[in-house]
This record gives sequence, C-alpha cells and structure tokens, in this order.
Amino acid sequence: MAKKGLDDQGKGLGRREVLECMVWAGTGVLWTVSAGIPHSVGLIGEAAAAEPTGFTFLQMSDSHIGFDKAANPDALGTLREAVAKVKAMQAKPSFIIHTGDITHLSKPAEFDNADKVFGETGVQVHWVPGEHDIIDEERGKAYLERYGKGSKGAGWYSFDDHGVHFIGLVNVVDLKGGGLGNLGAEQLAWLEADLKGKSNSTPIVVFAHIPLQVIYKEWGWGTEDGTQALNLLKRFGSVTVLNGHIHQLAQKVEGNMTFHTALSTAFPQPAPGTAPSPGPLLVPADQLRTKLGLSTVTVVQGNKPLAIVDKTLAG
Amino acid sequence: MQTLMKHLRLTSPRFTPGRSVVAVMLLGPAVGGLLAFGAVAAQEENVVTIDNFTFTAPELTVAVGTTVKWVNHDDIPHTVVEKNKAFRSKALDTDDAYSFTFASAGTFDYFCGLHPHMVGKIIVK
Repeated sequence: MAKKGLDDQGKGLGRREVLECMVWAGTGVLWTVSAGIPHSVGLIGEAAAAEPTGFTFLQMSDSHIGFDKAANPDALGTLREAVAKVKAMQAKPSFIIHTGDITHLSKPAEFDNADKVFGETGVQVHWVPGEHDIIDEERGKAYLERYGKGSKGAGWYSFDDHGVHFIGLVNVVDLKGGGLGNLGAEQLAWLEADLKGKSNSTPIVVFAHIPLQVIYKEWGWGTEDGTQALNLLKRFGSVTVLNGHIHQLAQKVEGNMTFHTALSTAFPQPAPGTAPSPGPLLVPADQLRTKLGLSTVTVVQGNKPLAIVDKTLAG
Repeated sequence: MQTLMKHLRLTSPRFTPGRSVVAVMLLGPAVGGLLAFGAVAAQEENVVTIDNFTFTAPELTVAVGTTVKWVNHDDIPHTVVEKNKAFRSKALDTDDAYSFTFASAGTFDYFCGLHPHMVGKIIVK
C-alpha cells in the first residue's frame, strides 16, 4: 500500500527530501498500538509487510462537494477517484468513518452527490459534520435529517464493532467568537455517561471534524473544551483520535492516545503558519493528487497492532 | 486630489532636501485635509472586506443609522455573527455580501461562525 510514496521515480531524492515529501504528500506513516501502547513503526514502504489482516475501517474526510475554485475545480471528481480506490481494495473495510465537511455549502444537491458517490463503495459510512455541513438556512437541520438518525444533540453518537468502542463527536456547532471548536457541556456530559461502565481495556476510537487537541490556535485548529473530552478518555489503555478539518496529515502520540488528522479528498491546506491564511492551497495540477487521500485503520485483537495507513490518490 | 497628485509628481523631482522639508510643511495641511476627506468617503461606503480569513477593517466606527456591508473575497465561505446575536448573516460564499443597518448606538463585537478566530468590531455612535 502506498509504496509509491517512497518511489523517487529515478530522481534520486535524498533521505531528507523524501521525508519532507512524506510530510507534504502524506503518503503515509504507519504506526501501531501493541498492548495499548502506541509506537511508530516507520514510514510506509519500510513497513509494507503490515498488510491488513484484521478488522479494518477507512477514514475519509473533507470531501467539500460543491467546491469548484482554483485549488480543485472538481471536488466531486477527486472524491470519485478516492472511492474507486476503495472499490479496488482487496480486503473491503468494515465501514468508513467520514470526519466532516462532506459538502462545501450544505446544499441539498451537494449532499445528494456525496451520498451517491459514497454509496458506490457498498460500505456503510459513519458521519460527523464539519462546519461546512451545517450552513443551511436552518443551521444543521439538513445534516441531521440525512445523517442524524439515532444520534444525540447536534449529531453525536457511539457504537461498538469488533470490541472497539467508536465515538463520533460534533465540535462545529455554537462556536464562540475568538474561540476554537466547541463540544459544549451537554455533549461532554453525554460522553461521560457513554464511557461509564466501559472497562479500561476497551479500545476507543473517537472521531470529530476539528482536531480535539490544539494544533494551531492562530488558525482555530483545535477544540476549546477538547481537553475535557480527552481527560474522560485518559483511563483507557488505547485511544485513537481521528480528525479532519486541516486537510493534511498530523500525527502525535501522547501516552495511550494517538492523534491522527486525515487528508482531504478535495484540496490541500497549508502547513500551520506557512501562509497568510488556512485557505485552500493552490498546487500545480499534476501534484494535487499527491496531497489528497484517505486512511485505512486496521484493528487486530489481542496484542497485535492497530495500524493507520495513509494513502494519497496518486499513490 | 488628482490635480494635487499631478502637481506633486511634477514638482518632486526638482526638490532638494532643504526645499522638500519646506514643501512638506506647506503641503502638510492640504494633504491632511485630503486624507480626512478620503476617510469620510470610505466611511460612507462602510464596507468590511473578508480576505485571507481576516475582517478589514477589523474595527469600524459609524453613525447611528449607518448600513455596513461585509463582502467575502475568500475561496471559503464565512459568516458574520454578532456576539450577542444582534445580527447573523447566512453563509457568504465567494463574493457574497451581507448588510446590516445599525439603528442604535453601541459596540458590536462580531466573528465568523465557521472560523471564530476571525473577529471584528463595529462601534456605533
């Protein structure tokens, strides 16, 4: 998988350049969680032996259906390419987690197009909204009508699969001026109740649109009360946090928690502080697909690894 | 204003350092007056632009009854939301605009409901 990320195509890139490339293009860093302790096993390609054999699911993010500006005039087209990769996977994932910004402007036609293309995967999708999905006239009603069945509040919920407890959180609603993403007291109380009675050995995967941890405050890349949610999760031996919003890979391991942000399938955004704003990053057309992609997560029960593999559309 | 600009352009190459100080001193009030006129002209339009996730001007002072217009120049939608819910725009896509007329005096802090690190202020006197 994604071995192409390390392919220098005969140009003879040095190790440093390859590493820089990896950071940018996000062709993949593989990491594992063994016995509740996460550790990186290196770059994809080096660790290509880790062919998924367990329970797998896919993270897709920031499809921005309806976006048609210079950074990618055809966001639906690149989503179709991503979905083609999913359809071509030998081992079909159990489901897809979409970490928000399904649409660009919350228009019915945008949701329709997204549903149609994701439907082609034949795989169930678990959604959480991004801020672009709740800008209809009634501020989120369109999203909840489509995807909110069985959810609480603005669309948060949890479910269990293969012994893993999955929690979808909403941190794009009722944002406060000058602040960051927001979960709110009601959702935090629900989370506390949801976790009650769960044993510390239950693997947890929590997903939301905006990163729960603060990645770059100046651009609002973080969640105001994210720490409160993470505190509730601290006692668990294995916590994986999946986010979107920043359209680039960022990974961090902190104690038993592993944080991962996904690539967008629509357009890249600049690295923190490298541009005047976090707006869409214009890259040469032949490089766009190296900056878009999806992530596969493999969960193997017992002392086997939980691994995330990022794959670009070009890879 | 154009006339003055032409005048400055025509005369400036001939300035020596000593004379230019005198010229600036003489021109000072005139230029100041023009700047003030420019400020009034801009205020009459009362447009706040959104570029690069920033409200410009971030702070604007207007008279009661003034209509302020926000225009989004970004490739990403933004909203304009007053802290105490005095006003709230719909999502503004690229080049969309939103206007609000301030009927009473006060300070109105606002932000983008999608990217709340974007903040601005309208002072109505």
